[in-house]
Amino acid sequence: MVQGASIGRSRGSDAKLQRTLVTPEGVALDIAVAPASARIGALFIDLTALFGLFLGFVLTILLLAWAYSRAGLPSVSDGVMNFLFVLFIIGTFLARNAYFLFFELGQRAATWGKRSVGIRVASRDGGRLTAEAVIARNLLRDIEMFLPLMFMTSGGVQGTLSEFAAWSGIIWVGVFLVFPLLNKDRLRCGDLIAGTWVVAAPRAALGSVVAGGGGSMVQAAEGLAPDRYRFDDAELSVYGEYELQMLEQVLRTANAETMKTVAVTICTKIGWTAPVDDEQAFLQAYYTQLRARLERGMRFGRRRADKNA
Amino acid sequence: MNGAVFSPQGERAVADAVLRSDRFRLEREADWARIDAMVTAMEKGKLKTLSDDDVMALPVLYRNLLSSLSIARESSLDAGLIAYLESLTLRAYFIVYGTRTTFGGWCRSFFGGGLSRAVRATWGDILIALAAMVIGALLGFWLVDADQQWYFRLVPAQFSDVRVPGASREALLGTLFGKQEADGLSVFAAYLFNNNAQVAIMAFALGFAFGVPTLLLLVYNMVGLGAMLWVFASRGLTAEFIGWLSIHGTTELLAILLAGAAGLHIGRALAFPGRRSHLTALSGAGRTAAQVMAGVIVMLICAGLLEGFARQLVQSTALRYAIGYGVLAAWLTYFFAFRPRRS
Repeated sequence: MVQGASIGRSRGSDAKLQRTLVTPEGVALDIAVAPASARIGALFIDLTALFGLFLGFVLTILLLAWAYSRAGLPSVSDGVMNFLFVLFIIGTFLARNAYFLFFELGQRAATWGKRSVGIRVASRDGGRLTAEAVIARNLLRDIEMFLPLMFMTSGGVQGTLSEFAAWSGIIWVGVFLVFPLLNKDRLRCGDLIAGTWVVAAPRAALGSVVAGGGGSMVQAAEGLAPDRYRFDDAELSVYGEYELQMLEQVLRTANAETMKTVAVTICTKIGWTAPVDDEQAFLQAYYTQLRARLERGMRFGRRRADKNA
Repeated sequence: MNGAVFSPQGERAVADAVLRSDRFRLEREADWARIDAMVTAMEKGKLKTLSDDDVMALPVLYRNLLSSLSIARESSLDAGLIAYLESLTLRAYFIVYGTRTTFGGWCRSFFGGGLSRAVRATWGDILIALAAMVIGALLGFWLVDADQQWYFRLVPAQFSDVRVPGASREALLGTLFGKQEADGLSVFAAYLFNNNAQVAIMAFALGFAFGVPTLLLLVYNMVGLGAMLWVFASRGLTAEFIGWLSIHGTTELLAILLAGAAGLHIGRALAFPGRRSHLTALSGAGRTAAQVMAGVIVMLICAGLLEGFARQLVQSTALRYAIGYGVLAAWLTYFFAFRPRRS
């Protein structure tokens, strides 16, 4: 039964990254930890976005300065310029952090990068994602990545960067970058500290009803009885839930070639001659009757994972 | 059930459905579409576009959705349906149990008490870090007192230009008063990317290693200070030196102290998690420590401004003491005496 309940759930993704999250109502939800590739992709998109914003800001300031000098206003004293520059340094630091905080504190708990690859931040214990947790994970991002890079750049510019310092900086960043690959939940150090993780945020649309009834059947073959395909118990007992769901996918995709192949395969298996130019109706009928049979068994607590079970 | 709107068309579809599980689905589809639309609107931050009815109905719809998912898992073999319900439930769950604070709201609660609470929660670690720093300073003073050669090992080369044992009183005074050649900007920039900001951040980050490197770093950092104090004390400039140091040093050293305490807080949780698991203990301590660190960053920015500008402008020792210890008193009052009622 337990095994049966997991049939057909969470197909097509890395089984190692599947987790169960139990809601306070006691319902177990499937949740997938975001793979490292998605994390890296999101990071690059975020860095690009930040760099773009920074560039836009700097260009605006330069434009303003240019307009100011063109207007022939009195030149600004060095002291004021210094003060503005100091504000600029502090401002960029705060803005970088505010970007992550603002978006991860939003309803989608994801920055632009995370949104575009379909992942989000969540609390590891299944509870509410708190502001403190978001702060913690983003503060650590600075320590993991931004600050060492900044120290190295400024040291390099000032000429005080020793080879030892450069290497230790590179190793420092490297260790933190590799860290998510070394644990099963893909936790960054910031996630570890904050009690958060990054999970896939899937968005599925509800497809149409596949199991055909009388009226909604395919119109292809006019004049044929809607119940022209009847399968007996023995013919339906060759397949299990896995095959049923494969068939569902075939019907949802509705590719003529595939349907023909599948129809031939089923007919060979149950000893029918394959219908010509009426594969969809045939497959739909087989799907509906197989599903009716399997679901009936399900109600009595009998499940069949696949044809070999 | 629960007021799902049925069109005549919908009723016919339900009657047409062959399978019981499809009838189950068609009967509830309108409710799912409703909560789907609400969740989508809320994810986009358009909470205001929802009607009052919708908002009131959300908890009920959410619970019905959960029960729909449970029933579908046990009675339907429609993989598309189950995948849809899984994803919709997860999205609704994140909305219902999502973040409650906005960025602005967090800022208000952080500066209006959250920071002070976090600092007070680490008081034990603050005492340990303070002890390490005091021991470091005394050690530096005492080592140089015993043998002046220690000075050159303890103090970074950039500070030992004229400030060396045996330097004349005038030379030392010159480093404390009078314009330095650098302007405020380069001092500030050098400060931001240099020594003490790095020390503070390292002290926190190294807390991961059970806090031991944090303690060593705090001691080492203060040894140099103690050694410099000896040099100035040997020429009778103790008060002037402390004044020069205090104007920004009270803020800066307090920031380093708090950063070290935050690191120790994490290290201690890792070493002695008690009855909790290591991960739980770590995340609990991490959230407190991160808030302290956010405060440390604010303090470091203040210290940078004080060092870059105030120290040059204020040349009188008495005024330096007044500013340095006034600021310190303000910080301590804010951290330890400011206890607004939790909202």
